[in-house]
Amino acid sequence: MNTVQENTQALKFIPASEFKNRTTEAVSDQHLRQSFRGAMDFLMAKRAAQFPDLAAFEAQRGLAEHIRKYSLSRLPDLLEQLERTLTANGIQVHWAENAEQANALIVGIARKHAAKLMVKGKSMVSEETELNHAMAAAGIEALESDMGEYIVQLNGEKPSHIIMPAIHKTKVQIAKLFAEKVPGANYTESVDELIGIGRAVLREKFMTAEIGLSGVNFAVAETGTLCLVENEGNGRMCTTVPNVHIAITGIEKVVEKLEHVPPLFGLLTRSATGQAITTYFNMISRPRQPGEKDGPQEVHLVLLDNGRTQAYADEQMRATLQCIRCGACMNHCPVYTRIGGHAYGTTYPGPIGEIISPHLMGLAATHALPTASTLCGACDEVCPVKIPIPDLLIRLRGEATHDPRPGHAPLVGQGAAKSTLMNIVWAGWAALYTRPALYRAFGWLATRFRFLTPPVQSGWTVSRTPMKPASRTLHELVARRRSGR
Amino acid sequence: MSARDNILRRLHSAPQGKPVLPPDVNGFYATVRSRAPTEDRAQRIERFCEKMAFWRGEVVRVTRGNWAATLQALCVSKQVNTLLYGTQSPYAAALEASGIKGLKPYDRPVDEWKTGLFRDIDAGFTSTRGGIAETGTLIVWPDAHQPRLMSLVPPIHFALLDADQIHDTLFDAMSAQGWSDPSSPMPSNALLISGPSKTADIQITLAYGAHGPKELVVLLLVNEEEL
Ligand code: SF4
Repeated sequence: MNTVQENTQALKFIPASEFKNRTTEAVSDQHLRQSFRGAMDFLMAKRAAQFPDLAAFEAQRGLAEHIRKYSLSRLPDLLEQLERTLTANGIQVHWAENAEQANALIVGIARKHAAKLMVKGKSMVSEETELNHAMAAAGIEALESDMGEYIVQLNGEKPSHIIMPAIHKTKVQIAKLFAEKVPGANYTESVDELIGIGRAVLREKFMTAEIGLSGVNFAVAETGTLCLVENEGNGRMCTTVPNVHIAITGIEKVVEKLEHVPPLFGLLTRSATGQAITTYFNMISRPRQPGEKDGPQEVHLVLLDNGRTQAYADEQMRATLQCIRCGACMNHCPVYTRIGGHAYGTTYPGPIGEIISPHLMGLAATHALPTASTLCGACDEVCPVKIPIPDLLIRLRGEATHDPRPGHAPLVGQGAAKSTLMNIVWAGWAALYTRPALYRAFGWLATRFRFLTPPVQSGWTVSRTPMKPASRTLHELVARRRSGR
Repeated sequence: MSARDNILRRLHSAPQGKPVLPPDVNGFYATVRSRAPTEDRAQRIERFCEKMAFWRGEVVRVTRGNWAATLQALCVSKQVNTLLYGTQSPYAAALEASGIKGLKPYDRPVDEWKTGLFRDIDAGFTSTRGGIAETGTLIVWPDAHQPRLMSLVPPIHFALLDADQIHDTLFDAMSAQGWSDPSSPMPSNALLISGPSKTADIQITLAYGAHGPKELVVLLLVNEEEL
């Protein structure tokens, strides 16, 4: 296996703030565009087949939205209840306000057990905290075990999709990667054989790892149960074989009752990959009990804020936290499909990334993301918990360009995209459109002197033909027609 | 102030908004049920089998009288040389009398034989707590006698399912079996299993046997006339 050292050095870190440059690069990569187009078409068709009856789908997602809104309305109480039930069950609960705190907690637990290897089930929250870097810095190998995550880690990359992390890679690329990086692996383009190679390598790791890390899909307050959704079985390995299991989750994932899980779970898998259910639904309520022969001796849960309370504090933006991370919004997004997941430079790409990242990372680094939308509303239509994504995009575009509205606390990075030039342009526009005389004068000048329009018009002409006023204004044309001339 | 206090303080001080009433999940499923044609036992079994087959789970119908002999024959045909089972499970005696070769009890903590479990076991046998027809799913409830890894590490998982315990939906199963009843709390680990482990992470091509079992064989306990 490759060492910790190689992994960290190869990681291609891409700052979210250089979003615009990367999109240009991404759209001109034919190969990448084909990968995403094909994969997204496939996922959209599979999802659509799961919801043949639109009325039934609307009823289901109405319930799911209700459950998520209800859970959020009681969030602080439910978190405290969850902490009580988990503690009573023997699971240790930790709280982290930001990524550093979460990583420090996890490194601390690993150090206490003198761990050398941590195997990881799929956890987007641990991607968010860049846990693997922190572990490497502490001299502990953190190995991804979800096949897709394993592939991207082997190549020193980050996931390009929250459900299918290696969707940007072709099997030929993966075949080359394995032959080059996995000791003893022969070159093969057979998917079954490639999976077999990953299985063999990772089974050895499951046996030796001292710590298993996982995410959480739903945390049930009433019973103190952590629910994990997966197909591969690596999540079960990570949460059962090592002596210590650490789960990490955002604070928004809690629901009150076990009966709230089936409607959400049913929509999650159908929306994500078009499956009626995943191979495994893993419900963990306590560590190994006396007399039991396997399972971790210690189970920990890390509850992470990392900007979620900022979204929570605003009644409109709170809806962002309804998300169950199905990825349907990205599968259906015309922008995501064209630029792929890496261009965003954030843990969560696509529409959900555009509305959650500003809270996690601040608007200074992310204000361009909410502009990466045509506001076509496809995300809104498919979201199983009915998050009004386009409304939130418009809201964030605004927050990035002005001071907080009265009665609202400033967001982190509030007004980061403010521009004097843009303000002047808009002020001028407003002046023109509210003063008829001025408007007519401008129209007359623009049409009569249209030969003066510059051929290069800043960002507009990078990929479009220059704009040029018509020879007469619409007012003039209509007036002429009315008078019968 | 601790991280916990800070987070809770921020959440508590956020505007409350309109109170949201608790969702009526029960009512929702009752409505769905009232609109769907009612299924009898035979149809429910049929649906379970069809869905399980869709996930590439193999379903073999057995009776109380012949399940152990059927399992023995399956072990021979699948060339299972070691079959892991739980010694004190209610099915242990029947297994031990079945003449299955290479029966191996899971009788000590995994820590004492982890390598052996991963390298030397061909198949595991567990009972189940029930099934779900809608999705072709097994409800597996590991305990001290039938530990968690039996249904995960061996390449083949044999699971015994009583057809009487097949419910229509996950919601029906958890309500009927009282999963959230405080008098019988959730076990350390409870599982829903729908087929062998799989992945589509390489170019969305489906491959079975990702990290868990490559084969799932359900021994479905039915009445003589349902065979
Ligand atoms: S915003 Fe909606 S569609 Fe997008 S990942 Fe979250 S739940 Fe799924």
